[in-house]
Amino acid sequence: MGGWTPACAGVHLMATVAVDPRTEYLLRLGDDALVLGQRLSEWCGHGPVLEVDISLANLALDLVGQATLLLGEAGDGDRLAFHRDVLDFRNCLLVEQPNGDFAQTIARHLLYTTWQHLMLQRLTASKDTFLAEFAHKAVKEVAYHRELASDWTVRLGDGSEESANRMADGLAWCWRFTPELFEVDEILEEMIDRGVAPDPRSLEQEYRLALASILAEANLEAPPEQRPIVGGRRGHHSEHLGHLLAAMQFLPRTYPDATW
Amino acid sequence: MYTTELQKTAKIENLEDPKLLEAFEARVTADEFIEPKDWMPEAYRRTLTRQISQHAHSEIVGMLPEGNWITRAPSLRRKAILLAKVQDEAGHGLYLYCAAETLGTSREEMVEALHSGKAKYSTIFNYPTLTWADIGAIGWLVDGAAIMNQVPLQRTSYGPYARAMVRICKEESFHQRQGYEIMIAMANGSSDQKRMAQDALNRWWWPSLMMFGPPDADSPNTAQSMRWRIKRETNDELRQKFVDITVPQAEFLGLTVPDPDLKWNEEKGGYDFGEIDWDEFYAVVKGEGPVAKERMTARREAWEKGAWVREAAAAHEEKRRARKAA
Repeated sequence: MGGWTPACAGVHLMATVAVDPRTEYLLRLGDDALVLGQRLSEWCGHGPVLEVDISLANLALDLVGQATLLLGEAGDGDRLAFHRDVLDFRNCLLVEQPNGDFAQTIARHLLYTTWQHLMLQRLTASKDTFLAEFAHKAVKEVAYHRELASDWTVRLGDGSEESANRMADGLAWCWRFTPELFEVDEILEEMIDRGVAPDPRSLEQEYRLALASILAEANLEAPPEQRPIVGGRRGHHSEHLGHLLAAMQFLPRTYPDATW
Repeated sequence: MYTTELQKTAKIENLEDPKLLEAFEARVTADEFIEPKDWMPEAYRRTLTRQISQHAHSEIVGMLPEGNWITRAPSLRRKAILLAKVQDEAGHGLYLYCAAETLGTSREEMVEALHSGKAKYSTIFNYPTLTWADIGAIGWLVDGAAIMNQVPLQRTSYGPYARAMVRICKEESFHQRQGYEIMIAMANGSSDQKRMAQDALNRWWWPSLMMFGPPDADSPNTAQSMRWRIKRETNDELRQKFVDITVPQAEFLGLTVPDPDLKWNEEKGGYDFGEIDWDEFYAVVKGEGPVAKERMTARREAWEKGAWVREAAAAHEEKRRARKAA
């Protein structure tokens, strides 16, 4: 299992062993993509209409592809994806939220992908060659994700009464997890100082304005602000992630010596 | 994925204008494509609508057994490949529904017919995917059988169907390769993996042979479909071809084909193989497959749970149009 960074050679040591900030940053971005890709792939074969099934699979495929690149840069990608437990996952809480109905999936996607798109635009200027190249590739994919999520938000918000209610519920579910996207801790601080990562606070205003504009077009109100729920970047997740990992990791965990 | 013609209601009707019929048959015999606006006998239209929509339904229902493993695929690469494959199937379903719509039946109507149990789909998808090796076996055997059925359909007489098949066939060969690649990894893997691989072959072998449909002697539509170039080879011819190609592949994997009567026949230059359990086949056609209920429930649920989304999209479109007009 080569390629695994020495600092986290054990399977579940990461929470207790310091990992270098760049690896940590790669895991945050990579886990976001992996977990959201896994969530979206749950829709495959069950979408409300064939065209949507195809779109959601497209998003999931892009995200699994992004996760493969990022986790591969952080170490042994498969080992990282399939052999870490909850405490060592670094994704934000938003992406692990359950699909719920189609409106909740779209709400989650809008809130995440708008952030991801703004962040990737800035990441293309990273001093880290790998990340800059990654961002150049991913930003094109995510521009489409953002467009799709925005279009569906408008369609559902400004569709029927039922769809507007469902969209409002979906937003209400996901809204409390958006502040985490702008959180800056010591690790991110260092990445920002080294010119590797963009400062998420620098895109917060643009993010809020972009959402306000989509919500206005969709005839939807932003949910009231509340105390932020955070912790994903430090491994303190919602109850949902453990179940997602249980399904995703079961084969490599059950047959740890097998090659697939 | 492909479904054989499962219903036996097509009859040649004598009500057609004999001159038109003659001209039509001459075009078909000359291997010309029939296009949506061309005159065609009603029975041709009906047979094709049924065959193409069954094929479309098979693609859509076929997403379920493999979709069952997307969230549990054992590596990032396998996950991406399987997602892409199942997504291709949705795409195939879409082109096929479009091809069938050119014959005058709407997608809604076809989907209704599937959900009410009136329309059939390939029997193979009414078998469960129990282990990861089943994903390999489906790609290898089920897509392998599908390719065998579909390659001749690229020259089928109805233009939109033939063109859809050209696109589909390109993707199916990638599907089959990915399935066989999974089987290679499993058959050369740990003892647990080998066990899964052999077990998957044991369970998928016979249902795969059934995919070619009833024996020629019991396939009353074959002659008419051949004559109209809807079909280009008989069920038994295709089945034989499949066995001849697949047995050496199983040998290469070191797996045993679950048929004690399987034997190379030098004289015919092909394998002799055991009797297929046709009672099982007809029972599965009737909806008695092991997971037939699960498959139909999943499709109906997706459709019913998605109703508000489709309604909302229509309502939004209406509002947008009204605003534009104002």
